[in-house]
Amino acid sequence: MNLKRYQEVIIKPLIDENPITLQILGICSALAVTNNLTVTLVMCIAVISVISFSNLFISLIRNYIPSSIRIIVQMTIIASLVIVVDELLKAYDYETSKRLSVFVGLIITNCIVMGRAEAFAMKEKPLLSFLDGLGNGIGYSIILIGVAFIRELFGAGTLFGVDVMPEWYMTNNLLLLPPSSFIIIGLFIWLIRSLKPAQIEEDDFEVSVHSTAPNLTKKDIHV
Amino acid sequence: MNESVLKTIGVAFFVCLVCSLIVSTSAVSLRDQQKENKLNDRRIKVLEVAGIEIKPDQTVAEQFSKLEQKFVNFDTGLLMDEYKNFDIDEYDQLMSTKDSNLSSSVPQNEDIAIIKNRENVGKIFILRDNLGNIDKLVLPIRGYGLWGTLYGYIAIKGDFNTVTGITYYEHKETPGLGAEVDNDDWKDSWVGKKIYQNDEVALTVIKGKVASDDPSKIYKVDGLSGATITGRGVSNMIAYWFGNSGYSKLLQELDYES
Repeated sequence: MNLKRYQEVIIKPLIDENPITLQILGICSALAVTNNLTVTLVMCIAVISVISFSNLFISLIRNYIPSSIRIIVQMTIIASLVIVVDELLKAYDYETSKRLSVFVGLIITNCIVMGRAEAFAMKEKPLLSFLDGLGNGIGYSIILIGVAFIRELFGAGTLFGVDVMPEWYMTNNLLLLPPSSFIIIGLFIWLIRSLKPAQIEEDDFEVSVHSTAPNLTKKDIHV
Repeated sequence: MNESVLKTIGVAFFVCLVCSLIVSTSAVSLRDQQKENKLNDRRIKVLEVAGIEIKPDQTVAEQFSKLEQKFVNFDTGLLMDEYKNFDIDEYDQLMSTKDSNLSSSVPQNEDIAIIKNRENVGKIFILRDNLGNIDKLVLPIRGYGLWGTLYGYIAIKGDFNTVTGITYYEHKETPGLGAEVDNDDWKDSWVGKKIYQNDEVALTVIKGKVASDDPSKIYKVDGLSGATITGRGVSNMIAYWFGNSGYSKLLQELDYES
């Protein structure tokens, strides 16, 4: 196993195979927890640690997991990690954990975590899986922090809760509501895909030039 | 041989065992810290609503000691220093509501705030001035909004009628609409409002803004736009908790004493 492979699993998910913008996974938490940078940052750390360690542990026991119960074994490990993270947050960062409320628990259902476990950790060695989790977690975080930056700056006029916008700036409340992150994520996807055309998906259907029906006489259609 | 039944059960058992050990260890070892966080969080809310500035260089417990905690018997309206063998610091009236010996169910026609069970004995906080007279009272209130019960505190002046603050520490209202009960501007609009008019609870959250020339504007609080039902819930909980089965007896008793 060469060093290049290790680098690759960390770097690739950042932009090239970003779980949010390319795979469109983990959108629901990206909508819910991005109206404040502090909250977003804590959420990102939680997700990064859950993905990395779930990948590590699943990879460690991958050769022993019977394929008939592999999903539930993965879920058990992921859920346990999420509970531990949730307990830690409640003990050491109560304020943020209150604001994150159910969304920490919902990391269990974050498709990125399960997706990486199933697609990567079940096949690869522990260290490599850990790094893959780290890369994907960071890729997720980059987008979330980007969205949160825009939402908090223009929505509340603050960054990390500190006022940064000039007095005259009227805050845009739409940005504080979840649908705004849909728009912002959409813009990110647009930006990334115009810089990296390789990410553009092929159309499901080919759009062809409109053609009119041939001139049929009454006799042709048997009336 | 990964697929044999025995192995499947074995792996499942082993994974569950290890995971449950990890989860329970973390839950047990962090419990004390979490309890303290929760208690401090409540105490900060009480201090805030009482208008006491929170100084970061003092512990919450130290600053909280400025407040006197008392049990209150809802049936007699009397304050008590002791209640069974509960420690007043740890007494949680919400736990009492789950125990039929410590609570009574509210008859449906009286249960305007939809709390179902009311504890027999509550806990309130008293802030005294230098002379020992009651300066402010902080009273816990709760009631149903749109999605769930709102839990909070209301602070009133020593005249037992003027609101000096309101705050909610837990609710499930819609962010941006009903959750605006946490909005500081709205909370500030409660300051100076009167609760009782001719011994009847008159304070309500209205729909829309209170007109500045409204003669009874001191009994009205601006509604939250888009949150009519939350506003109604808040009105109902004021009506319930300052009514006969709430703090009204206590307030009369205290008023009589002073």
